[in-house]
Amino acid sequence: MTAIQINSVEKSYKSLKALGGVSLAIEEGEFFGLLGPNGAGKTTLISTIAGLIRPDAGSVKIHGHDVITDFRAARGKLGVVPQELVFDPFFTVRETLRLQSGYFGLKNNDKWIDQVMGELDLTNKADVNMRALSGGMKRRVLVAQALVHKPPVIVLDEPTAGVDVELRQTLWKFISRLNREGHTVVLTTHYLEEAQAMCQRVAMLKAGRVVALDTMSALIRRISGSQLIVHLAGSTLPNDLRHLVSHGEHDEGNSAGNKYALRVNDYAEVEPILARLRASGAVIDEMQLQQADLEDIFLQIMEKGTV
Amino acid sequence: MSAFSVGFQTLLYKETLRFWKVATQTIAAPVLTAMLYLLIFGHVLEGRVNMLSGVSYTAFLIPGLVMMSVLQNAFANSSSSLIQSKITGNLVFILLPPLSHWEIISAYVLASVVRGIAVGLGVFCVTVWFTDMSFVAPVWIIVFALLGAAILGTMGLIAGIWAEKFDQLAAFQNFLIMPATFLSGVFYSIKSLPPFWQAVSHFNPFFYMIDGFRHGFFGKSDISPWTSLAIVSVFFAVLAAIAIHLLKRGYNLRH
Repeated sequence: MTAIQINSVEKSYKSLKALGGVSLAIEEGEFFGLLGPNGAGKTTLISTIAGLIRPDAGSVKIHGHDVITDFRAARGKLGVVPQELVFDPFFTVRETLRLQSGYFGLKNNDKWIDQVMGELDLTNKADVNMRALSGGMKRRVLVAQALVHKPPVIVLDEPTAGVDVELRQTLWKFISRLNREGHTVVLTTHYLEEAQAMCQRVAMLKAGRVVALDTMSALIRRISGSQLIVHLAGSTLPNDLRHLVSHGEHDEGNSAGNKYALRVNDYAEVEPILARLRASGAVIDEMQLQQADLEDIFLQIMEKGTV
Repeated sequence: MSAFSVGFQTLLYKETLRFWKVATQTIAAPVLTAMLYLLIFGHVLEGRVNMLSGVSYTAFLIPGLVMMSVLQNAFANSSSSLIQSKITGNLVFILLPPLSHWEIISAYVLASVVRGIAVGLGVFCVTVWFTDMSFVAPVWIIVFALLGAAILGTMGLIAGIWAEKFDQLAAFQNFLIMPATFLSGVFYSIKSLPPFWQAVSHFNPFFYMIDGFRHGFFGKSDISPWTSLAIVSVFFAVLAAIAIHLLKRGYNLRH
């Protein structure tokens, strides 16, 4: 079953086209990443899914329920962690979670609220006013608020922005478990290593359009090969290999010799490069074959604009 | 129990708890302000003016002050809650759940009624000792207090939806609500005004709320309480329709 169906969604703010006909289908149980630079339209798309923004054209359905015409059913199935660190200063953590639970029609939900607080290390802050919490703790409460009604679809908009390593680990452990239990998770993050570690499939947005959509492994295979990183002692790269140098951190020489990152599409291309280096008299001090990561792919796609 | 009623009950509880947590500011302060009005105006004008035959000025003033407090605090409750939530961003917690337009408007307005009546009762309790009060038709007192609070709660909701910053809300409060309340007959009978201003007063819906409310105490008013009830009811229906329309459209809430 499709958890989130997005059909040709468009949204403009005066002359700015925030979303230019986005279509996506996110399946039930997926851990899906929504990536893109600032201003790509990620938060606009999430706000459209959440019903906070009304699209100019197109439609969004959550578990088959339209977010505008059938908003009650759609919103009941969705839990959203907003990007902004917002809170109501009048209430304690427990009051905040009880209220949020009640808005979703759930009374006497303390057992689950206690469990969520426990999972997010909030138990000892239960009776503390929201104003008195640190930024990281407030972020945990935001996550807990999104989960009080056990939504089958969880949307996290930059959930780890500005939070410490401990919260990240706690959060991902909990969210991964929920995903294993069948919850669909949609994540936007600027930490690409997080997306690579967590997401099965990703969509990359640029200027309000989907410019890449694939499984993580296929994307890595399709967009870029591997990098052969060689550290040459006392010599430089032969000229006929220079066209293979990747743009990145390893294309500069350093004090101990010269370090180069060379693009290779598969392992078969490694030996001819090594043979050419030996023939040129270069001495390889250190060598490493590195798989391209999501960051390489992201940069390539954002540079080209499409796949 | 259905999600409708739990969602509504929770939002009503939250809106009530919100003002109760700062009761010094939301209840005690307006009660003190009204008592100061009574002490000053009552002291200066008692025995010098005759607003309603057979009714002392202090007795005349008390229902006016009670109703003024009810109206102003009902407005303040919904408007300040909404604008604060909008500006701090926590309105998202109301917009994300499956709450219907009816649940939202009912909860905000009812919480405003609770605060308005709480303050009104407080004002009445501290001012009633200053003179002998009569209660000729208590039903009118209750009807106009509830309707007045509901109307101002709805107006507060509309103002809170419309305003995008505190300054705009303050303008709404200071240039519309405050003059309409003060010029509605809280401190005087419109019969004491020149004919032109008497006629102008009839276009002020607040006048009907206060006149009808005062009728409940003394059995006397500037116009029939039934006329006031009809006008106030229509006014409420129009405001409720506007508020529902704005919420349905998501005006200034869902972009």
